[in-house]
Amino acid sequence: MYQVLAKETLNSVTKMMVVRAPDVARVCRPGQFVMIRVDETGERFPLTVGDFDRTKGTITIVFQEVGKSTKLLGSLNVGDSITDFVGPLGKPTEADKYYGTVVAIGGGCGTAICYPVARAYKEAGNYLITINGARSGDLLLFRDKMKQISDEMYETTDDGTCGIHGFVTNVLADLIQKGRKIDLVFAVGPVPMMKFVSRTTQPVNIRTIVSLNSIMVDGTGMCGACRVTVGGRTRFTCVDGPEFDGHEVDYNELMGRLGAYSEQEAVSNNRWAALHGGVK
Amino acid sequence: MAAEQKGQRKPPTKKVPMREQAPEVRRHNFEEVALGYSQEEAVAEASKCMQCRNPKCISGCPVEVPIREFVNLIRQNDFMGAAAKIKETNSLPAVCGRVCPQETQCEQTCIYGTRNEPIAIGRLERFVADYARERGEPLPPIPPKNGRKVGIVGSGPAGLTCAGDLVKLGYDVSVFEAFHKPGGVLMYGIPEFRLPKAIVKAEVDYLSKLGVHFNYNYVVGRIRTVKEFMEQDKFDAVFIGTGAGAPSFMNMPGENLVDVFSANEFLTRVNLMKAYQFPEYDTPIRVGKRVAVIGGGNVAMDAARTSLRLGAAEVSIVYRRSREEMPARLEEVHHAEEEGIKFQFLINPTGVLGNEKNRVIGMSCIRMELGEPDKSGRRRPVPVSGSEFVMDVDTVIVAIGNSPNPIIMQTTPGMEVTSWGTIVINEETGMSTLQKVFAGGDIVTGAATVISAMGAGKRAAKGIHALLGNQLPTATLDAPKNEAPPSGNRKRRKVQK
Repeated sequence: MYQVLAKETLNSVTKMMVVRAPDVARVCRPGQFVMIRVDETGERFPLTVGDFDRTKGTITIVFQEVGKSTKLLGSLNVGDSITDFVGPLGKPTEADKYYGTVVAIGGGCGTAICYPVARAYKEAGNYLITINGARSGDLLLFRDKMKQISDEMYETTDDGTCGIHGFVTNVLADLIQKGRKIDLVFAVGPVPMMKFVSRTTQPVNIRTIVSLNSIMVDGTGMCGACRVTVGGRTRFTCVDGPEFDGHEVDYNELMGRLGAYSEQEAVSNNRWAALHGGVK
Repeated sequence: MAAEQKGQRKPPTKKVPMREQAPEVRRHNFEEVALGYSQEEAVAEASKCMQCRNPKCISGCPVEVPIREFVNLIRQNDFMGAAAKIKETNSLPAVCGRVCPQETQCEQTCIYGTRNEPIAIGRLERFVADYARERGEPLPPIPPKNGRKVGIVGSGPAGLTCAGDLVKLGYDVSVFEAFHKPGGVLMYGIPEFRLPKAIVKAEVDYLSKLGVHFNYNYVVGRIRTVKEFMEQDKFDAVFIGTGAGAPSFMNMPGENLVDVFSANEFLTRVNLMKAYQFPEYDTPIRVGKRVAVIGGGNVAMDAARTSLRLGAAEVSIVYRRSREEMPARLEEVHHAEEEGIKFQFLINPTGVLGNEKNRVIGMSCIRMELGEPDKSGRRRPVPVSGSEFVMDVDTVIVAIGNSPNPIIMQTTPGMEVTSWGTIVINEETGMSTLQKVFAGGDIVTGAATVISAMGAGKRAAKGIHALLGNQLPTATLDAPKNEAPPSGNRKRRKVQK
């Protein structure tokens, strides 16, 4: 069992938890993920590691409560335990290298995953530009943390309630148009965001890394639920990723596969709402 | 012979039949298909055994079950004694009694079976294992700990067998399992209706009571490497039994559409995660009305019969060779046919067709004919030109095999692997090219059977004992030795495609 040591509500839909998992924390690196099963009847789902503390033996996870399983996880309190917490899985980010100028883009809850990777880019001596985007101002995550590590920081909201009115891609396109030299783009967030970031950088040939959030069952290469076409080849997100060359990912296929269980997810969500109240 | 022919020869006998759920009932539930023998049925079957002076049955058993002896104990109504006798060499009798292909092993070599149907050794093994489990079986005497630590990677049939044999020799045994439950393929792969999960759990509980430590959620190669096990955690030996974990696909267009599954994913959702009890269990599964399962092995049969139980109206096995070449057990094929699974032979899928929502609306196929035998000795299927057609299906399950999971090999430098990614071992001892690191089961052979993996676990346990047993600290040298050193007469391992 893996105890919840701290819990923080980041905004109306996002929670952060610090979980005791010394085996995972000992070897975890940025970009890797864990598989979680909250309770005995729960499903296994992946969450990318937000942060880790080797000396305290803890892993920080940040998650948006979008379905039954994340709501169930969010209902745990400090002192409660997660039944299963497996990791670290997947390949770590190569963030400890010098590229030059790196643009790190986080969308919505993805900013929490973007943060430790961006920090590693900064620590490796890169000039770090961050773009933090969300639907609305109150959903922008880690604003102070991102500011602390950024050489330049931009914030965007779809509704204009905070920062630049528009999408992260508007800022990125602007930087490119101004002729800024960009050596690497790292993007994590909703699939459409990663798709359009990649479309923005492809014509000007800027290397772009995206972190995918496929549906998984085991997370260790055993089931193939997370397969995704990258550069015309089928790859498994869990063992070949979760990070891939953004220009080569078949995003439409990925979106289709992410929606595979939407009907069942609605059933589970409605059951949860009936039991616990709240919005479906 | 002449003396025998004088008298009236009795007609050949058949096995005492085992009761089963009727096909039209069981195709709608996940309860076990076969119902097992009663005491009377078991004794009646056992009584036919000739108790041969030189029995051949045991030579057909990869884990060397003392078959003649346990069958004799059944004849004497000593069912607990029979169960204990089997457990001397076989840690998982209730599993083997259900899923072993006895027809190609012990029952094939049964001398009584040359004229009759062989003695139903598998059914008898199942009967005594169930009888003892339900009544609470006593633990055998365990020698004092010998001070040697062995780490077992993977809790499937190979790992459990190796663990059981070593703990009975006094080793301190720790098993590391990546999933949250033990059993490997017994838990995630083989369906409840063939092997109830409560039985797997009971067999594992028994090993726990013998002193085997189980660690879950432990991905070796990620949390800790094999090298760290040896150097930091001071394991005296490590056994790798991680199975053939990575599903193979056809590499055809449309294979990543939403309603295309690997058999691994499909069966793991249903068996391990209990998706058939959705929404009480959170893991979802979806199956359409018309399902095509690609492949002809036991896993394909399991996936097809599971689809039926989840509510599919029509389920087809699509196999590129003919019935004769199918690697599945006859019994599984027979059960599948009884339940209404359709078999489409000499057909090879060439692509999956989808609609604008990435959902499957058909599978394009080509008919095949059998040509010259290939390396495996089976006649090679070749396409019949101009025979392309579209099969009307909305779900596709790919059950064409697995390759080894690469995580361990990638993180264990110096361990030799084949071009297939399987671990190279010494066939006598089970040791890999790394000193004190052993391996066995599908990770060595590629996808094969539960019992062959168990045989490999047993061989490695002997290899480990031969290596470590003569280096034991003096204080434990008097510990009873109840196993002979490896003799070298290794059992044939049957490898299925």
